[in-house]
Amino acid sequence: MTSPIITLTDVSKTFKGKTGPIRAVDRVSLEIEAGEVFGVIGHSGAGKSTLVRLINALESVDPGSGGLTVAGHQVPGLGERDLRALRSQIGMIFQGFNLLSAKTVAVNVGYPLKLAGWSQAARAARVSELLEFTGIADKADSYPSQLSGGQKQRVGIARALAARPSILLADEATSALDPETTRDVLDLLVRANRELGVTIVLITHVMSVVQYLCGRTAVMEEGRVVESGRTYDVFSRPKAAVTRKFVQTALHDRPTPATIKRLRARHPGRLAIVTVASDGGLALGALEAAAIVYGSLTEVEGRPFGSITLELTGDDDVTSAALGRLRSAGLEVVDLGTAADPLGGAL
Amino acid sequence: MSVLQANGWDPAIHNGKLLLAAQQSLQMVLLTLLIGGGLGLVLGLTLFATRKGGLYANRAVFAGLNILVNTIRPIPFIIFIMAVKGLAVALTGTFIGVKGAIPPMVIACSMATSRIVEQSLVAADPGVIEAGRAMGASRIHVLLRILVPESLAPLVLGYAYLFIGVLDLSVMAGAIGAGGLGNFAIVDGFNRYNDVVLWVAVAIFIAAVQVVQLVGNLLARRFLRR
Repeated sequence: MTSPIITLTDVSKTFKGKTGPIRAVDRVSLEIEAGEVFGVIGHSGAGKSTLVRLINALESVDPGSGGLTVAGHQVPGLGERDLRALRSQIGMIFQGFNLLSAKTVAVNVGYPLKLAGWSQAARAARVSELLEFTGIADKADSYPSQLSGGQKQRVGIARALAARPSILLADEATSALDPETTRDVLDLLVRANRELGVTIVLITHVMSVVQYLCGRTAVMEEGRVVESGRTYDVFSRPKAAVTRKFVQTALHDRPTPATIKRLRARHPGRLAIVTVASDGGLALGALEAAAIVYGSLTEVEGRPFGSITLELTGDDDVTSAALGRLRSAGLEVVDLGTAADPLGGAL
Repeated sequence: MSVLQANGWDPAIHNGKLLLAAQQSLQMVLLTLLIGGGLGLVLGLTLFATRKGGLYANRAVFAGLNILVNTIRPIPFIIFIMAVKGLAVALTGTFIGVKGAIPPMVIACSMATSRIVEQSLVAADPGVIEAGRAMGASRIHVLLRILVPESLAPLVLGYAYLFIGVLDLSVMAGAIGAGGLGNFAIVDGFNRYNDVVLWVAVAIFIAAVQVVQLVGNLLARRFLRR
């Protein structure tokens, strides 16, 4: 981490709506460091797409609403010519790929270079380099309609990287792709980040995407950033309800009330949800008679993450002592009580 | 030829008249398509670009052009020719003959073309506008170098369709003295109860439209890379 390449200070964007002004981005402050992969997660309509479009000035911030600095440029107030110069330093990929259907893959990839005035020969050399990097060298003369979704996004990425940008904006770049292709495309973005050093700002509504490659994440809801920080911290200790829901969609690690009802029918003992958010994992040595009855674990940023629901059997004293040991080991525990004497734990 | 002659085609009269009429029709249609199609392209691009949310969104310009097009288009062409008689005289010195027919035809053609161009561009994927702008392309570049090539297939089909419309205009112009194949069909065919002359003209219209549409389809398929 070095210095911020993108700084938003109290930035707002308001659109005229049919029933009055709509504040798509509401007093957002963020700092994105050069070289990082920064995720912005939120449901559709949360304002994330507008937020990225402020960064490359496809949308302009509300007059007087705050500061926006991108790659050393104060964006508000830049003229059309300067904006175009700035945009050419920022690559962008889209959910719908937005390739030129009447042009071949090679022409699509070389298009930003053509705009920047590169010679034919320099363009050709750079295009073949990019097609090699993105793994579609054999598709140079194909038209976009002849490609699969994953290949189209590779073209999109090659095009976005063509002019050696310092920033790459990815707007729901994998939302139109199947899970396997999504993984391939995300791996390509990781490579672009590691090998080319390009800063990536990635917009998504899918938790597993940020979990896979974002070092830091901001969660957006109704135009506001409700929390942000290290991806691991944001999701292992979610503060906002919306964040907790995103964790749920990716993990299904916490039993729903209906699931608890079914669990109780099979497991009359004391149920407890233990959140695993430490490198030590869940040490079962602290427990005597415990059964794992529900849960899910995964990794975020290479660290264990998720929660397990346990059934502890034995006297109250024994099970309480076991829960106490888990708590003192730094684990977050939600005690659901027994089937005979249930406790309503916060889910 | 002998079948035609047996049914009232007199080569001594009709061959020459047909040739002249065909020449006049060709002149009217090509000049109108060239000038009117060109003006209509500019007008259509302006309509598209100035509409709400467009690259050059401008309410006043859009509303003005929109009203202009909507005012002229509903006027039946045969009436329109008479209505702009003064303009035709001012521009070409006459309001009769091929020359006099060109100004009203060009105006009518450019109005129709503008809508066809506007529709073709509206149908283009708005994502390419965004991609172009994100790559640092200027607005005029996005409009002319990205959107027009992306919309080439519907544009070509639109112009092929327009050909039929312009042919129609030329016949109406012919009815009030511009000559051409329509005039030939009416004066030498219909008015003189000479069905052969009438049907020869009809056959030429059909053949011309078929050829233009065929070429349009072939080109559109080439341009449409979907």
